[in-house]
Amino acid sequence: MPSYVNPDKCDGCKALDKTACQYICPNDLMVLDRDKMKAYNRDVSMCWECYNCVKICPTQAVEVRSYADFVPLGASATPMRSTDSILWTVKFRNGSIKRFKFPIRTTAEGKAAPDGGFETKGDLNSPALFTEPASLGLADVFHLAN
Amino acid sequence: MADFETVVVETDLLILGGGMAACGAAVEAAYWAMQNGLKVTLVDKAAVDRSGAVAMGLSAINQYVGLKDGANTVKDYVDYVRNDLMGITREDLVANIARHVDSTVHLFEKWGLPIWKDENGNYVHEGRWQLMINGESYKVVVAEAAKNALLQSGVGQIFERVFIVGPLMDGERCAGAVGFSVRENKFYIFKSKATLVAMGGAVHVFKPRSSGEGMGRAWYPPWNSGSSAYFTIKAGAEMTCQEVRFIPVRFKDAYGPVGAWFLLFKSRATNSQGGNYMIERKDELDKWGPYGRVKPVPANLRNYLGMLDVMEGKGPIYMRTEEAIQQIAETYKGDEKAYKKKMKELESEAWEDFLDMTISQALLWASTNVQPEEQSSEIAAAEPYFIGSHSGASGAWVSGPEDLQTDETRSEYFWGYAHMSTVKGLFCAGDASGASSHKFSSGSHAEGRIAAKAAIKFIVDNNTMPALDPVALEALKAEILKPLDTYEQHKNATTDPEINPNYIKPRMFMFRLQKIMDEYAGGITAQFTTNEALLKKALDLLAFLKEDSAKLAAANHHELMRCWENVHRMWQAEAHVRTILFREETRWPGYYYRADKPKIDEEKWHVFANCRFDPQSTTWEMKARPILHIFASQPKEPALASV
Ligand SMILES: Cc1cc2nc3c(=O)[nH]c(=O)nc-3n(C[C@H](O)[C@H](O)[C@H](O)COP(=O)(O)OP(=O)(O)OC[C@H]3O[C@@H](n4cnc5c(N)ncnc54)[C@H](O)[C@@H]3O)c2cc1C
Ligand code: SF4
Ligand code: SF4
Repeated sequence: MPSYVNPDKCDGCKALDKTACQYICPNDLMVLDRDKMKAYNRDVSMCWECYNCVKICPTQAVEVRSYADFVPLGASATPMRSTDSILWTVKFRNGSIKRFKFPIRTTAEGKAAPDGGFETKGDLNSPALFTEPASLGLADVFHLAN
Repeated sequence: MADFETVVVETDLLILGGGMAACGAAVEAAYWAMQNGLKVTLVDKAAVDRSGAVAMGLSAINQYVGLKDGANTVKDYVDYVRNDLMGITREDLVANIARHVDSTVHLFEKWGLPIWKDENGNYVHEGRWQLMINGESYKVVVAEAAKNALLQSGVGQIFERVFIVGPLMDGERCAGAVGFSVRENKFYIFKSKATLVAMGGAVHVFKPRSSGEGMGRAWYPPWNSGSSAYFTIKAGAEMTCQEVRFIPVRFKDAYGPVGAWFLLFKSRATNSQGGNYMIERKDELDKWGPYGRVKPVPANLRNYLGMLDVMEGKGPIYMRTEEAIQQIAETYKGDEKAYKKKMKELESEAWEDFLDMTISQALLWASTNVQPEEQSSEIAAAEPYFIGSHSGASGAWVSGPEDLQTDETRSEYFWGYAHMSTVKGLFCAGDASGASSHKFSSGSHAEGRIAAKAAIKFIVDNNTMPALDPVALEALKAEILKPLDTYEQHKNATTDPEINPNYIKPRMFMFRLQKIMDEYAGGITAQFTTNEALLKKALDLLAFLKEDSAKLAAANHHELMRCWENVHRMWQAEAHVRTILFREETRWPGYYYRADKPKIDEEKWHVFANCRFDPQSTTWEMKARPILHIFASQPKEPALASV
């Protein structure tokens, strides 16, 4: 299956301006069936199990059932992603459960400033890139001695 | 012809792709474009937030030189890369990336990427060059800076879900690109003064080990399909290192990363009898010239030693996770509380490594009830991939920077603009540019920046919009949309739309390509072994496939993309086969083995093997190019010693 959609939870993202899972899938796999207003994975054998559709779904309707051709049944990994961290619940085939929490970013969403606060001297002909040499933490960009 | 509206977009710099290199290019280009009153356009087939090889996240930044702390020098990095690639490396390119990559990493940190720090506030290293990160949102953060740079300044625009098919040319100069929307009936013509290709590498050129539901779980993401290679080849650019594919050894089946286990946790790998092939097969290394004696042992030679064990029936090969964790925890023995805390920490680190970048591996462990602290897990060689930014080296042959040349290298490696291909106005970065491997995520971003700055300089020096022939454009549109027409025309000839004598669907086309490459060009079922006769047979079969590509059929936008992805793969395949055939030796035995030329031949083949497709005559030309050094040679340098 790789990613699959629980029909009881999927509402077709009707409250949003675009279907979230369809918007994010890097391989263009998630599609909305307009008749049923439910999403589905159109080609499971091209799914990377990247979980981007799972993480983005506003109703937690997308889950992953691992590749049946080499993974025994019964396990799951469920993410809950917030603005600064992700919480994973990993369920084993034997029923045991592990939980992990990891940070995901240190700045507020949307706030990445391209120059990172580093100054640029600005010469199109020098080897120094935008924000260099400040962002290197050096006085100058490396050049050959000989 | 299918009814697609033609949309013409004119821009100064066109960035193709939205991955690590393209995002670096966007941030850099926005600044210099603003200063020079220019416009920048970025086009990605997916959503930039989560596109490319870093879409899922990563758990490490693999290139950080540490220049500001004096940890390493630029030359140290160049030595490392050259040795790992068995001597075949453009030092000027690797040095150029190495001198800028730390700046990129410092920017990542400012943008919000959590990089692990020790108690003294220093980065935690996985290995000498690698930094540990909490990288679930790595791509999101990098994409955000790129989008902010282009959109907030007003110099740029971004097109998502537009698939780029190929180049537009004005004589010898690249004039932009053509593609189509995978969502609406729109055909795009992007006209540009300079074009920067950063559409990643290629997977599924070779048959993957898993061919059912798990086919998409290749190590390399299924959505990068050789578009960079196709674009540059069709533009007439000289290509390099097309033989240098990459075969990673990873946790078996789900392809979870092994870097943290080998480098951070200092784990061993052993065969089923407990033997360590790195020790038991040490003598084998002497057969591979000076490169067998360098430390760390080149990736392909490490692969090779493990493969020899497998071929001798000593498999499976195990990563001894339980042993490694016990050894680390051992140091805390006696202090029960500290020991428990350390074990908990190690467990979390081990699982995060997978959950950040290969969730399937966590699922495989959970579904087989694996506790890494208690039992080993199998590792195995994956199938071959094309990823010039990692431990492969395939890509376009690009100019080095002017200031990193010597009198000797200048005439061979420099032609005006850094990281520009041999085609005027066509720049390459990340997986798209060759002979400069080990850039990884951070170096690809840095190379994108370097190439973008050079491209802006090119535009300032050549500030004219190339001319396009409207008749040729209309023909190109018809060719690109043809699979839709073919399908419509013939779909009713049979009761099953998949099986039809008039056309071939992209999926079967891909399977045919994979079978050819697997069996004749040294894929998994051929134990990565090939020879001249097999390669020539591969070329014969590829020629039929190329003819049949005119009969590809697509029922919808998604399939139209699949058609062109597979045409892209086919061209990557041909460049690969021709180059392995050209290089009459075996230099990277763990990547491929030419059974008819089983040895390394430093005398004749210590050169780059380049190729070029001539769009006019539609013939291929092969060329050997010299390997020159930019750093004064030192007698103790293994790669310079005579064999
Ligand atoms: C499994 C895996 C693990 C890795 N682990 C690490 C690690 O731990 N640390 C590290 O530093 N590096 C790691 N790397 C390497 C790193 O991911 C790459 O070096 C880097 O992403 C290369 O950047 P790129 O821009 O060339 O390609 P990508 O980042 O892959 O970007 C390619 C872009 O091109 C777009 N595209 C493709 N085709 C088209 C088309 N026809 N039209 C329009 N757009 C197109 C894609 O959507 C994407 O946006 C890993 C790579 C892989 C595959
Ligand atoms: S897991 Fe990833 S590849 Fe698979 S459908 Fe979801 S977003 Fe697409
Ligand atoms: S994101 Fe979730 S709710 Fe929205 S269409 Fe997809 S599965 Fe349904």
